[in-house]
Amino acid sequence: MSAEAVLPLGLRVTPQLDRWLSIAPEGHVTLSPGKVEIGQGILTALAQICADELDIAIERVRLRPADTAASPNEGVTSGSLSVSDCGLSVRLAAAQTRGLLLAEAARLLSVPQEALSVEDGAITGPGNLATSYWELADKVSLARPADPAVQPKAPGARTLTGRPVPRIDLAGKVFGTRPFIHDLDEPGMVHGRVLRPLRPGATLESLDEAALAGLDGLIALVRDGSFLGLVCESEVQAEAGLARLATAARWAGGFPLPDQHDLSPWLQGEPAEASIVDLREGAAPSPGTRRLVRRYLKPYLAHASIGPSCAIATWAEDGLRVLTHSQGIFNLRADLALVFGLPEDGIVVGHAEGAGCYGHNGADDAALDAALLARAVPGRPVRLRWSRADELARSPFGAAMAIEIAAEVGEDGRIAGWSHEIWSNGYVARPGRAGSPALLASFDLEKPFPLYISQDPPLAGGGGAQRNAVPLYDFPAWRIAKNRLLTMPLRTSSMRALGAFGNVFAIESMMDEIAHEQGEDPLAFRLRHLSDERARTVLERAAANADWGGAVAEGRGRGLAFARYKNTGAYCAVVAEIDLAAEPRATQLWIAVDVGEAINPDGVANQIEGGAVQATSWTLKEEVAFTREEVTSASWESYPILRFGEVPEVTVEIVPRLDLPPLGAGECAQGPTAAALANAVHAALGVRVRQMPITRDRIIAAME
Amino acid sequence: MEAGTRLTVNGAGLTVNAVPETMLLDVLRGELGLKAARFGCGEGLCGACRVLVDGHPVASCNTPLWSVAGRAVTTPEGLGTADAPHPVQAALIAEQAAQCGYCISGIVVSAAALLARSPDPDDAAIRAALDPNLCRCGAHNRILRAVRRAAAMRDRAA
Ligand code: FES
Ligand code: FES
Repeated sequence: MSAEAVLPLGLRVTPQLDRWLSIAPEGHVTLSPGKVEIGQGILTALAQICADELDIAIERVRLRPADTAASPNEGVTSGSLSVSDCGLSVRLAAAQTRGLLLAEAARLLSVPQEALSVEDGAITGPGNLATSYWELADKVSLARPADPAVQPKAPGARTLTGRPVPRIDLAGKVFGTRPFIHDLDEPGMVHGRVLRPLRPGATLESLDEAALAGLDGLIALVRDGSFLGLVCESEVQAEAGLARLATAARWAGGFPLPDQHDLSPWLQGEPAEASIVDLREGAAPSPGTRRLVRRYLKPYLAHASIGPSCAIATWAEDGLRVLTHSQGIFNLRADLALVFGLPEDGIVVGHAEGAGCYGHNGADDAALDAALLARAVPGRPVRLRWSRADELARSPFGAAMAIEIAAEVGEDGRIAGWSHEIWSNGYVARPGRAGSPALLASFDLEKPFPLYISQDPPLAGGGGAQRNAVPLYDFPAWRIAKNRLLTMPLRTSSMRALGAFGNVFAIESMMDEIAHEQGEDPLAFRLRHLSDERARTVLERAAANADWGGAVAEGRGRGLAFARYKNTGAYCAVVAEIDLAAEPRATQLWIAVDVGEAINPDGVANQIEGGAVQATSWTLKEEVAFTREEVTSASWESYPILRFGEVPEVTVEIVPRLDLPPLGAGECAQGPTAAALANAVHAALGVRVRQMPITRDRIIAAME
Repeated sequence: MEAGTRLTVNGAGLTVNAVPETMLLDVLRGELGLKAARFGCGEGLCGACRVLVDGHPVASCNTPLWSVAGRAVTTPEGLGTADAPHPVQAALIAEQAAQCGYCISGIVVSAAALLARSPDPDDAAIRAALDPNLCRCGAHNRILRAVRRAAAMRDRAA
């Protein structure tokens, strides 16, 4: 094995230790990760790892906000990879730094390194020998490459990781003192707004500029093709200006939208790129094999962050500076460079925290909007904030998916063959992935860039629409196929779990159908097709915690589902209980997960539970609404999400796996939660709802 | 020129110069520099901007300044600080009850108002009090636990 092969990804890309951390003589360690906080607690997990390897108190670790000028390029913070990519890099970098500091201490004190011990950065040796990291800080250079041969602490020697630690950013959020990007003030800052048409793809036909006459505080009206915005001295003035712009702008044309209430034929009829995702050849079906075919539908979903997207941009003499809550600052920089025809090193993109959703919301688009506005007022920072309507209706959506599964079931009740076909837009239109930008405003400029049609990475890279389309079960044969749409009237991009949400909903609904059809317990049926021990364990744990097979209250039903996220990530099983007295309401979820080593078990539980609650909202309530001409779900009234009165109780059991690599937890519960809820509806009513959201109307329609 | 609007914010009487139609949230975040109440929707539908007016939770995003003239406004900053946290804030931290945290200051306000009028609320009352507050990250159950814990803390303190 080559030496490079054992370095974690982050260190392979950025091997210099001093790009990751530095020791300050004043007594703290500055950690500079390229991954960003999106509410998942990554900063805390990284501080834990760093403090553990260095033997210092976690309070001594300071996190430097990521920016493209100094931070390691760690790509996008997504796909539950933050702990496995970044965490292992930090672990190794910190372990190596500790070794360097101890070697220097041993040299200065003239004792063997083994004779030294460290406590909170203080180094002591035989007799009264003593020094500290802080004294040695200036004597040890970290301007050297990471060494893959360094051995981090053995799992049993870690004192912080694997234990619950309070989030380092949380108290500031509770007191309202830790700023979000919306709260940052820069000297001389002015305020921008952008007006967008209701219809995707519409162009600005005319603008009655007289409507802005006499507007207080107006600094610039910005029009570039169909991109339209303004900059004012204050936010209130900018808001007033936006209202005037809305009456002054005439839009024309735009993309024809599909029929929201009949998406499957449209998805299956659009031009598409067909591909085989995976093929497992088995023996021809034996006589007596039954064949079942079922169709499932997942609608378009909105990211629906509670805070609208926001960015701050400044055009200075030496280039463009942008503050963003993007999940991928380097990728955003690449797209900004394309749009403005600038070299990447003429742009600095920094991260500031925004409102969460765990997907590709409007953050990147807002960054370009802010930069376009700022170009009109050189030298002045412009803060741009989207409207609620734009956040809900103009951020990229999670793609609608039609899925058809056909299963061959042998006389022994085992699945002998399986086919799974997907019709969907791609799931990834993040910036920085292509020679053409993926940012919303770039398609509207005077010299427009072509509409970027969302893509799907190959399965080896996590996949997109096809994520989790390949079953983890021991089926002897399968054919997994995908049709990626080549048109995109509704812009789609990465939503938490990508295609795994729809695919697991379909697979696990189908497994349930087959089990019931042959009168078999759905748990036993799954276990009979599952040899992976870790998979079996989470299923058995979730079932045991829920007292699977026990009595269920009148009017309620319980369903079960399972997946291994991306087939290589965390294992997750969910038992859901649903109450069907009125609108379907999830009452309880019992979840068991195996995430490998859980760096911060409390953080993992928080992520799993949050993901499951979000997935409950998607499954029971959410659907982007549109007419043939415009997206109509542009407020919380027309795009309702799960409320406090509707949230299920959730219990999470984390199967302890201290000795196995961390797998990331953020997204593994999405698909299993959806299917468990659908299966619970069937358990209660004997009705299969194969289309989300599972509302009372849908249940009634499925009965007919 | 207007004479300004007099009101009390976090216990201090002051005069605000913004035109009376300005929304309270804009006054708080702009002229007064109090940023803990957040903009979420501007339509009274998400709870991110909630503050107390004479002890009642209201959406400051659609409450005009003139309507709070002479009244007492309490923002999340006025409820507690790291040195002197409100029981709800202390409990939210103890329960680690947030993810991105954008919703949380509005939730502090709703919960504080609930406990002020009903020191020992049952689960249904807590859920009802928080129903105007949306959270996208799914932090709800921890938040519910935190409010129960805050009620218990107040019980002990009483
Ligand atoms: S911002 Fe006021 S309720 Fe949403
Ligand atoms: S914690 Fe993110 S919106 Fe509630």
